[in-house]
Amino acid sequence: MSDTIKFPSLALVPSADEPQSAKEFKSDQEVRWCPGCGDYAILAAVQGFMPELGLKRENIVWVSGIGCSSRFPYYMNTYGLHTIHGRAPAIATGLSTTRKDLSVWVVTGDGDALSIGGNHLIHAMRRNVNLKILLFNNRIYGLTKGQYSPTSEQGKITKSTPMGSLDYPFNPVSLALGAEATFVARTMDSDRAHLTSVLRAAAEHDGTALVEIYQNCPIFNDGVFDGLKDGEEKEQHIIRLEHGEPIVFGAERENGVIRAADGSIQTAKVADVGLDSVLVHDAHANDPGLAFALSRLSNSENLDQTPMGIFRSVERPTYDTLLRDQVAQAQSSGAPDLAALIAGNDTWTIS
Amino acid sequence: MTKQVVPLDRVIIRFAGDSGDGMQLTGDRFTSETASFGNDLSTLPNFPAEIRAPAGTLAGVSSFQLHFASRDIMTPGDAPNVLVAMNPAALKANIDDVPRGGSIIVNTDEFSKRALQKVGYESNPIEDGSLESFRVHPIALTSMTVEALKGFDISKKDAERSKNMFALGLLCWLYNRPTEGTVEFLTQKFGKKPDILAANLAAFKAGHAFGETTEDFAVSYEVKPAPMDAGTYRNITGNTALSYGLVAAGQRSGLPVFLGAYPITPASDILHELSKHKKFGVVTMQAEDEIAGIGAALGASFGGALAVTTTSGPGIALKSETIGLAVSMELPLVIIDIQRGGPSTGLPTKTEQSDLLQAMFGRNGEAPVPVIAPNSPVDCFAAAIEACRIATKYRTPVFLLSDGYLANGSEPWKLPNLDELVDMKIEFATGPNHTLADGTEVFWPFKRDPQTLARPWAIPGTAGLEHRIGGIEKADGSGNISYDPANHDFMVRTRQAKVDGIANDIDPLFVDDPTGDADVLVLGWGSTYGPIGAGCRRVREAGMKVAQAHFRHVNPFPANTEEVLKRYKKVVVPEMNLGQLVMLVRSKYLVDAISYNQVRGLPFKAEELAGVIEDVIKSV
Ligand code: SF4
Repeated sequence: MSDTIKFPSLALVPSADEPQSAKEFKSDQEVRWCPGCGDYAILAAVQGFMPELGLKRENIVWVSGIGCSSRFPYYMNTYGLHTIHGRAPAIATGLSTTRKDLSVWVVTGDGDALSIGGNHLIHAMRRNVNLKILLFNNRIYGLTKGQYSPTSEQGKITKSTPMGSLDYPFNPVSLALGAEATFVARTMDSDRAHLTSVLRAAAEHDGTALVEIYQNCPIFNDGVFDGLKDGEEKEQHIIRLEHGEPIVFGAERENGVIRAADGSIQTAKVADVGLDSVLVHDAHANDPGLAFALSRLSNSENLDQTPMGIFRSVERPTYDTLLRDQVAQAQSSGAPDLAALIAGNDTWTIS
Repeated sequence: MTKQVVPLDRVIIRFAGDSGDGMQLTGDRFTSETASFGNDLSTLPNFPAEIRAPAGTLAGVSSFQLHFASRDIMTPGDAPNVLVAMNPAALKANIDDVPRGGSIIVNTDEFSKRALQKVGYESNPIEDGSLESFRVHPIALTSMTVEALKGFDISKKDAERSKNMFALGLLCWLYNRPTEGTVEFLTQKFGKKPDILAANLAAFKAGHAFGETTEDFAVSYEVKPAPMDAGTYRNITGNTALSYGLVAAGQRSGLPVFLGAYPITPASDILHELSKHKKFGVVTMQAEDEIAGIGAALGASFGGALAVTTTSGPGIALKSETIGLAVSMELPLVIIDIQRGGPSTGLPTKTEQSDLLQAMFGRNGEAPVPVIAPNSPVDCFAAAIEACRIATKYRTPVFLLSDGYLANGSEPWKLPNLDELVDMKIEFATGPNHTLADGTEVFWPFKRDPQTLARPWAIPGTAGLEHRIGGIEKADGSGNISYDPANHDFMVRTRQAKVDGIANDIDPLFVDDPTGDADVLVLGWGSTYGPIGAGCRRVREAGMKVAQAHFRHVNPFPANTEEVLKRYKKVVVPEMNLGQLVMLVRSKYLVDAISYNQVRGLPFKAEELAGVIEDVIKSV
């Protein structure tokens, strides 16, 4: 089917017999996030997008850890695992490597993925396991009622940090690039079209896809991404990354990203530097240097120039495939002989 | 003139040297020759945690003990009849274990003033008379090896390194061991390095010839083959047997085996062994940490694999939360703990039985997990299969508690008839299993088998059975999230009842009570089976009566346990911990069991246990 051609990472997952609707992906469970939570929009976007994949529902598995976002699998009418804090990438790795016929998705949050589960996240990415990891970043601990998270800005006043948090935050995209991720993207709960396009690219990617999704938590961290949502401001603040296109932004596309004389990445008025000086985005570049530099244009303290879209998307054999290749190679030399294995090379007989 | 051959019933030899002296290899080779000769045997390797501790120090001493006999034996032996000491450190570290009158073969070349001082000898014990009560054979092993290898195209260092083969040759002569196996082994090992091969062979033969010609050894010894059941045998260590058990379970169940593991002593050998068997559909993943190892295994289990994780005590501590998740999700998972000395890093290369209570209770909430403990290196094979059987049948994590002694110790194994292995055909759920009030057919992931209380195993890819499960409490039947108090109470009790019910699906506790009227029962679990058995044998040989029972299933206990315990006036429980099984037995059966403990990182000695048992018998 055309779908299986479109999504190389899903080539081994059986296709649905009939066209599907978003409704089919809604489970019978009542959704229990707070009113106004950004998770609703993401859930709707995912459910709306799933039919595009055209996969048999029973061959899709959602795996999560602990946190508000990790309730996600309960709401998807597929197989699902709601596991323990931080461990979803590890658990999903075992599932993905043993079952080539499954499309495995991980839902995690900034606390789950970057704090308690940081080790599993980086190792899944370096291995390039065929997982799609959606990291809902609301820069706060929601489920435990409002402590600062590893993506909270420094100095954040919360219940656990009445005088302000001390730790310097992670930049999830920089972290993923540093961890050898082959696909790294950023999108936002409120921009359904962009979110869907990124999900599509992630699904298409053969290997680990890390998608950071800015997600508003109206209860404990309301409005932290408002600068990227407000109609007038957002054009000034969002740098949309499109592969093969010059990196320009602003309502009139009047700003661009350039490489300065000292080699650093900066923004400038296109009128001042000329379009030729504006960098062209190359998500497929093997060297992650530019992607990393782009990721440094914004951080938890300052979202004034925030790249959105696919930072990096490169091909590298997946752990799953390499492992299956080894098994196939081992099995190519004839049938296994348990009796011979157990006997070994050094036996004696007593009669 | 041929020397006289003196027959012996049994011999205990200990090879001891520096970590770099190749003592483990020497011991292994002697063991192989002994096994193929038909003796019963048991081995105890003992090595430092450091890979290369400073040369010549006490910390760097590595040893290998082998007990072989013309009858069946149960332990690697208490005290060596012969100690081979390759340097002063090896002598000093082991001499206290050699009984007066025992033989000591020392490599005099290594007894320099400096080497002696390094381990605190003020004078040379070979010369100062301090070894008078032993039969000392001072032999210049190193220089004789170098001499024998003159003319070979190898460095002096390589020549010196062959001294372990010289020693092996000498011992093979002394105990009339066959030599073909070693020749073949060396040929395989050094086939690509002809010079080294030739040197090793020459050293081995020189050692053998030296025995024959030297006047230092007036006689050689012979230990006749032990009467053993007809069959084909091999020698095997516990970790290898355990690995083969997992491969066999995969074949019997028809499931791919998935091992998620992080390297840790003394469990890594299982990871190494299983990683060689992809041909059998065995997949191994070296994870980023202990938690990921078990996590990946649990994920694989959800997908329908026979999932295994291997570790030692510290790793179990890290895996606890995931074990709880497996209890809650009721998925099959085999957790292998090769116990070592604790707490914390403890004694990584030494044995201990101190993780029993961790396995029983080391989780939050009421999280019962069946516990199985192999009794001998060979039993690791069957115990691994049993663990897989229980895990898959009852959809539960299962603990397999081996230890360093079983892991590295070896004994002859009569190869099993594979057709007689338990059949573990797995049936995954294929369709709806419940009808709602309105007549709709649905799949309920927590609707249990009334007999086993196991829930259905419905794997992704099965249409119509899509379901979501997790660590939050689930409603009985539907498996949906439930915070209902009565449901939680019911689910907690049901998970416990499921594990308790396994008692009816395992062998009853066997009691070895030859006269049938002993007053004292010795009760153990796991790797102490051999030492306790050998202790009981001594007691019986001394004319006293004692019964022995040994748990292989520690949770749940076999159904007849209470009846067995109440039959005896006294119950003694020797353990390599401070009394963990005894705590369980006392609380569960209100039996005033006597605890006997030792935590030296070494197995019990038969003599020691015999003394303990005799004291209890006399006190009745
Ligand atoms: S606490 Fe915040 S993140 Fe959690 S559900 Fe409520 S709004 Fe959403």
